[in-house]
Order: sequence, then C-alpha cells, then structure tokens
Amino acid sequence: MNDQSPVIKCESVYKIFGEATAKLLQESNGAIDVEKFKAEGCIFGVNSASFEVHKGEMLVVMGLSGSGKSTLLRCISKLTDTTAGKIFIDGEDLLAMKPKELIELRRNKMGMVFQSFALLPHKTVLENIAFPLQVKGQSTKESVERAAAMIDLVDLSGRENYYPRQLSGGQQQRVGIARSLAVEPDIWFLDEPFSALDPLIRREMQDEFLRLQAMLQKTILFVTHDFDEALRLADRIAIMKDGVIEQIDTPANIVLNPATEYVAKFTNDVPREKVLSCVNLMEKAGKGVKVSSVRVSKDAIIETVAEAILNETKPVPVVDENDKMVGVLNHKSIIHTLFGKDESA
Amino acid sequence: MVELSKLSRPLQFALLVGIFLVLCFTIPASDGNYLWRLPSLIAGWPAALNGSVEYMMFEWFPIETYNPDIEDYEESAFLKEITRSFSGFILFGIQFIRELLLGGVKTIVAFTSWDFVSENEWAVWPALPWTVVVAGSMVLGYALNGKGLAIFVGAALAYIGIFGQWVPAMETLSFVLIAAPVSVLLGVAFGIWAYKSKTTEAVLMPLLNVAQTMPHFSYLVPVTVFFGLGDHAGAIATIIFATPPMVRLTLLGLKGVSPEVQEAGVMNGCNKFQLLFKVMLPSARQNILVGVNQVIMQCLAMAVIASLIGAKGLGFNLLLALNQLRVGQALELGICIVLIAITLDKLSLSWANKQIDYFADHGFVERHKYSLIVLGFLGVGIVLAYLGTFIFGDKINYFYLIPHNKGITTEWFWQAGVDWMVDTWQPPIKLFTAWLFVNFLTPMKNAYLAMPVLATFVLFMGIGYIVGGIRSALTVGAFTLFLALTEWWDRALITLYMATVGVVISVIIGTSMGVLCAQNERATNVALRICDTLQTFPSFIYLIPVMMLFGVNDSAVLIAVIIYATIPALRYTVEGLINVPQALQDAGSMSGVNRTQRLLNIEIPLAIPHMMLGINQTVIFALFMVMIGALIATDDLGQLILKSLSDQNGIGNGLMLGLCVAFIGLAVDHIIQTWAKDRRAALGLG
Repeated sequence: MNDQSPVIKCESVYKIFGEATAKLLQESNGAIDVEKFKAEGCIFGVNSASFEVHKGEMLVVMGLSGSGKSTLLRCISKLTDTTAGKIFIDGEDLLAMKPKELIELRRNKMGMVFQSFALLPHKTVLENIAFPLQVKGQSTKESVERAAAMIDLVDLSGRENYYPRQLSGGQQQRVGIARSLAVEPDIWFLDEPFSALDPLIRREMQDEFLRLQAMLQKTILFVTHDFDEALRLADRIAIMKDGVIEQIDTPANIVLNPATEYVAKFTNDVPREKVLSCVNLMEKAGKGVKVSSVRVSKDAIIETVAEAILNETKPVPVVDENDKMVGVLNHKSIIHTLFGKDESA
Repeated sequence: MVELSKLSRPLQFALLVGIFLVLCFTIPASDGNYLWRLPSLIAGWPAALNGSVEYMMFEWFPIETYNPDIEDYEESAFLKEITRSFSGFILFGIQFIRELLLGGVKTIVAFTSWDFVSENEWAVWPALPWTVVVAGSMVLGYALNGKGLAIFVGAALAYIGIFGQWVPAMETLSFVLIAAPVSVLLGVAFGIWAYKSKTTEAVLMPLLNVAQTMPHFSYLVPVTVFFGLGDHAGAIATIIFATPPMVRLTLLGLKGVSPEVQEAGVMNGCNKFQLLFKVMLPSARQNILVGVNQVIMQCLAMAVIASLIGAKGLGFNLLLALNQLRVGQALELGICIVLIAITLDKLSLSWANKQIDYFADHGFVERHKYSLIVLGFLGVGIVLAYLGTFIFGDKINYFYLIPHNKGITTEWFWQAGVDWMVDTWQPPIKLFTAWLFVNFLTPMKNAYLAMPVLATFVLFMGIGYIVGGIRSALTVGAFTLFLALTEWWDRALITLYMATVGVVISVIIGTSMGVLCAQNERATNVALRICDTLQTFPSFIYLIPVMMLFGVNDSAVLIAVIIYATIPALRYTVEGLINVPQALQDAGSMSGVNRTQRLLNIEIPLAIPHMMLGINQTVIFALFMVMIGALIATDDLGQLILKSLSDQNGIGNGLMLGLCVAFIGLAVDHIIQTWAKDRRAALGLG
C-alpha cells in the first residue's frame, strides 16, 4: 500500500488446539507437520497465516463460523496465546512482550469492539466509555470529559446515564465503539461488531463506521462472516477457511479473480457493478479512436456511471486524478458486467 | 444386571420396592443379627474426636506467652493463642459498635484499664439517643433510595424503639454488623480463590456441601471449645454458617461472566487487579448480591441459635420467651428480628445499586448534604435527650434510651389472642393432633424403626443405581454406612421419618399450589412475592404460631416443617412452569392442545428438572426445621445435638451427629441433582 513499515505483521502464525500440541511441538523441535498434528487430534484454529496491515488500512477477515477468523484476531490482540509464528506490532515482537508492556500497549495503542458488545453491566454509558481511561489512571474529571466527547462522536448524547440494559443493540454497539476509541488507539480490532444487529441497523452502523474511519484513519482489523459487509468496508479482504487464509486481496481483485473454488462460491452471486470500478474494466485506448465528451474517474464504481456510459454512442474515456486519460470504457464491457456472468458471452 | 438395566425405569423401581418389602418381612428383628442392625463400630469416634481436639487446643505446640494478671510468662498452646486473639478481635468489633449505639465502658477499658474507668466517673461512653439512630437511618435510606426506603427504615426502627426492644435489637444489630461483613469478605475471598484454582474448587466444594447441610447446632460445641462463650463465639458460629453460600454464589457469578466482557477488560488495559475488582466482580454482581442477602438472612436466622452459646440480643430474649411459653412476647421479638432483616437487606441492595452523578458540580454543602443533616439530627437528638432529663425527672428518659421491656407492649393483646384461640380451638385441635399421632405418626414411626438395615441399604443404593448408575449407588451407600455404624441409627431413622413425612406433604401442597398459581400471571407474582417475604423470616419464627395453635409436641414440629418446606416447593414449581419457552407453548397451541393437555404434556415435563431442584431444597429445609424443632419437642438426632451442647465432652458427639444429618441431606441431594442433570440434558435445556 505504501512504503512505510507495516503496523501489523504476521509471519506464519499458528494457533493449534488440542492436548497433544505441546508434546508434538517439543518432539518436532517447533516444526509443524499439519497432517501429523491432525492425526494426533489437534485442531488448527489458525494455520500459517502471513500478512501485513499498513497504517490507515482496513483489512477485513472474512470466513464462516469455525474458520478461525476470530482466533486469528485474538492471536493478534494477544487475548489468546499463539502456538507458533511471529507477530509484530509497529515492528515490536508482540509475543516476546512482558505482561507490563502488553498492558501499556493495550492502554495506548489498541482498541477492540466485540460481537456481543461486552459492556460492563454495572456501569452507565458514560462510565463504560470512561473505563479504559480510568484504568490508565486518568482523573475522573479528565476521563469524564473525554468520554462525553466520545458520546457526541457516536451520537448518543442524552443517554449518558443509561445502563447498557436500557439501550437497543445498535446503541449498545455505539457505546462499544466509543469505548474502544476513547484512548485514541492506532490499531482498531473489530470482532463481528455488527453481526448481532438487525439488517437495517447493521447497514446504518456500517455507514456510521465508514464515516468514523474517513475521519480517524485508524489501522483496522475487522472480522466478519458477511461477505457483502466485507466488500462494502474493506481495503483488502482475507478469506479464511479451516484456519487457512485462502486469498488476501482487494475486493475488486477477489471478485474478478477468485483464487480458489471456495472463494468463487462467495463471489458468484456478487453484483459486480457494485464492486468493480472503471479502472478494473477499462481497455487501452487505441490511437485515433474517437471518444465521447463525457469522462469518468478511474475510481468510480461501475454502478454509478453505467447509465451515463450506455447513453453515449462512443467509448467513454477514463481519467485519473490529474484528469489524464488512462483508458476507455466501451458498451460491451459494461453490458457484460451488468448482465453477463458467463465469460464466453 | 445387564438385563435389569434394560427394563423401564418404573419397572426397575417396582422391582426394587418388591425386594425391599420381601427383605423387610423376612429379616427378624433380633439384637445379634447384623442384617437387622449393624454393630456400632464407630461409636468410639466421638470420644476420639474429643480427645484429639482437646490435645490440639490445650497441649499441642506450647509457646511462651506473657500473662499480665500474674505478671509472668507461662506456657500456652499455640492454637489456643491464635483462636483467643481472633475472638478478641471479633469481640472488640462487636463491642465497639454496641457501645456506639448503647453506650458503655468496655471500649474505653480496652485502651486503658478497669482501674482507670472506676477511678474516673466521666469515662463512660454515652449511647447515641435512639431518636438519632432512627433519624440517621432514615437519612441513609433517603440518600440511597429515596423517600420510600426512608419511611420504611424509620418506621421499622421506631417500632423497635417504641415497643421497648431497642436494647436487645441494637445488641443483635452490632452482632450482625460484624458477622455479616466478615462472612461476605471471607466468602468473596474464597470464591475468588476457587475461581482461580481448580484444585481449590475441588477441595472446597465437598466441604461447602457438608457445611451447608450440617444443622446449626452442631457447630456450637466446637466453636465454644475453640473460641469460648459469648457474643464473639455466636458471631463466629454465624460466620461459619453464613460464609458457604457466599463462596458458592461468588464462584457462580464469576463463572457466569461472559468471556467477551473479560476480554473487553483485558483489551482496555486492565492489570490483573483491575480486571478482578473492576470487571469480574462487578459483572458478577447479581449473584454476589444474592449472596449478601443470604448472609444477612443467615445471620439473623442464627440470632436465636447463637444465643445458646452466649450471644446477647433479640435471639436470647426470644429463646427465653419460647422456654417460658410466652408466645405473645416471642411474637413481638420475632417481628423485630424480621424488621431488622428486611431493613438491612433493603439498605444493602440500594447501596449496591447506587448511581453516581458525574456532571454534578456541587459545593461543599451540597456534596456533604447528608452528613450535615445527620449531624444536625445528632444535635437535635442530644438536646432532646438533655431536655428529657428535666421532663421525665428520675424516671426513664424516653428521649435517650428506652430500656428493655419498658416501651409499649402488645404482649397482653397477643397473649389474650393466644388464650382465646387455645380456649376455643384447643379441644378440636387436641382431638386432631391426638388422632394424627395415634393413627398416622406413630405407625409411620414404627414402620421406619422396623426396617432392617439390609433392606434400607438395598432401597437407598437401589435408587442410587437406577438414577445414576454404580457411582451414585456407592456414594449413597457410603453415606448410609456412616449412619449405620454409629450408635444413633434408630435416631437417624426417626429424623428420616419426620423429614419424609414433612417433605411428602410439603411437596404435595407446594407443587399443586404452584401449578395452580402458574396458570395466572397475577397469582404467579403474588405467589413469588409471598415466597420472597417468607424466606426473609428466620426459620425458628415459624415455631411461634405453630406453638400457639398446636402446643409442644411432634405434630407442632411437623406442621412447622410443612409450612417452612412448602416455600421452596411452591417457588420452584412456579418458576419452572413460567420459564417454559414460549415457542414450545405456541407449538403446543398450534398442535391444538387444550389447557390441561398443555399442562400435562408440555409444561410439567419441561418444568420437572427445575421442580426437582425445588424438592431438593424442600428436603434440606425440612431437615433444618426438624433439627430446630428440637428446641420445642422431638426425640431424634436434633434432640441429641441439643443435649451435646450442655455436655462437657459434647464436641465429638455434636460434630458426629451434625455429620449424620448432613449425610442424610447430601445423599438425597446427590440423587436429585444427578437425576435433574440427566433430565435437563435429555430435554436439551443445557
């Protein structure tokens, strides 16, 4: 994405469950033979995951239940111990950290949102949001001021003194989001944050989330089982199955070039015009080809420009941010995207 | 055996009862016959226990201590010194609170000496005027939960003051205010320990089981040996009794905290200490509060029993009143105990639910509003008390401290009522109890006593085998074997007879009432409310009205057992029935069941595991009441335990007898819990 060193870096991370794990690891000197381990009854929660997440990037980990996506997240937030491999946060070795360093890391750099909200039942909205600050040792006054600002941010003003049980699911998750952001973390973990919500509320919360991210530019690891959600939010998507990352790429590339059959199952029914942008479909402009006067940006989603392109008779030029033409879009590729799924059409 | 296990359960039970009856009629009742009665092989255990405790207490590991009375060093047993200093600590706490409320010199003595106090007349700590205590508690109630609580607290305490029970009530209060917090702290500490360590949990659980099923009395003798007699001994016995439920509920609460909440705490950067005290314990609050409530109830339930080993207060007076058959006075005292119980319960609940206002930016006066009001009341109260010395002259100063039994009394009223009731209803009741005794209770008792020991074993272990396989059979068998080898087997059978009769009747009444109540939402709420209220009454309170009507005999105890033990049967039935998932009810309705069919085919089968837990409670409650019944009548294990209290070497007897009762309870508990667990699993209720 950019030249900076990655914020999160995983190198063949394993999480193996099962009583025999420790013994087998010792016997094999740390080398992991998947078949042998499985034969002994071990279960691979995460199987050799390697990837990087850069500053301000949102990586969505997508997988069905039991695919290991939450386990992977918990390895990186160190809520669970990693069996083997290396994890670096801002270049520092997470697995070698002492408990004290880990607490400092969590107090200042990490925030996490949970599927079932995980609010403290005995604290009000305000107290919940101020909690991570108070744990850090901030004074009541300071933390309450900051928490009040967070409440404004997530649009919960007027409900400061409500208890979690008095709020709807969407409102509770807003509290969860506010709490995770209270310490101004660099890294934001979200574990299926919207899965427990109704579809309409979920949509609303996704919009809200995109608004926040546009404003805050956090480095995000987002876990979901909903492929549409992943497409909607992600800069890059990692698709997991049985602990293995099957493919990790941008939404458009995953839709255009699914790496495995399993990934293709998800992409088949995806409305491509909603995912692909002009740059994915454009062709090189041949010399001397006449183009229409309408121009489209290379990052525009097809759905939003399709009608305009189809209304033109000539191919439509695609331009980059400097208004320089980088290619053309013609009717054939638009119609193909909108109506045809079959490559031969 | 293999073929047997293939039979249906009812058939297995029928077969078992058949074998049991055959054994009953074929084994002759003769002294030398081991099939009839086992020899009391462990009859020597109590004496051995006595000996070893005395050795531990008075001889083991002597250390040098300084005795200020003889101004020299002397040898004293290590354990004795530890327990003595612990008692001193508890006693000082009780006396400190007591003298704040009632005045006295002992706290001053603790820091100076008796000589100092007798030389200086001014060195007497004055009591808080009772008006100040009432007003102060009202302010506390208001600060915690508004007007309603303030009025209730004020009315309750004013009642106690006006009806002349102020002094014993404050004595009881000072005792509870030490015993309850210590129990809560110990309970939470052990709960946390058990939560952190599986080994601790495994060791603690059986101990808690025994401690909770041992009758109250059986603690008393050991406590007096270790800690002496007096208020502190009563407090320590109470702590031993009130801590186990607290441990259990803390553990339950901690285990019930959602893992995500725990993770949220970790991710927010809590260290271990913060995670435990700011996240885990507060999240487990519901269960912990139930525990606090139980502790307060246990403390007051122990008020009477603790008075047997020297605790002063309402309990002591109540015991006296019961012994003198002054039912009216006992009733008044009972009401005071219940009022204190409810007051403490409500105050502690409100305190835990208190909400803080962070945005309030108040000045000094506003922030310390309540403390200032209390100070104001203190001033007014002191002035009033001072004026009282002029108004009342040499007589009692009613504005300062109302001495015991010098308030208004309604005893004559209740006593007249009791006399009237006795005069009017005595003949028919006497006829009824006599009939009950001759035609029902005595034959039942004789039937129990006529069971050969072998038949009893076959019956109990058979039930265990059918319900939980060989494991349960052996567990139940071991409990029974212990009982059979003591010299109290016959007494145990009598206890068993009283408990079973009580349980069977309670269960019939409780479940049928529960099924009726659960049909209607309002009736459900009323029933649960009544159960809540009745459960705040310390157990011996039930003896008072029963004595009023039935006099002092077996039937009176039995009636008390039935009333007391019906509560859990009723509560659990109602709870079980109303918690049947709505979806299943709807599925039934759509299959076209009518009301009766729904009840019989859907609701009751699904509610039965929960109802069985109620029956389990009924058994435990019934055993307790049978034991407490020893205070007025009965000739079972309870009576022996009561006797062991006045016995020099009672410690072994008391403990062994307590274990006997505990084992009866644990055997029943084991069978019912195993069954209910299986059943819940089979129904997919988790």
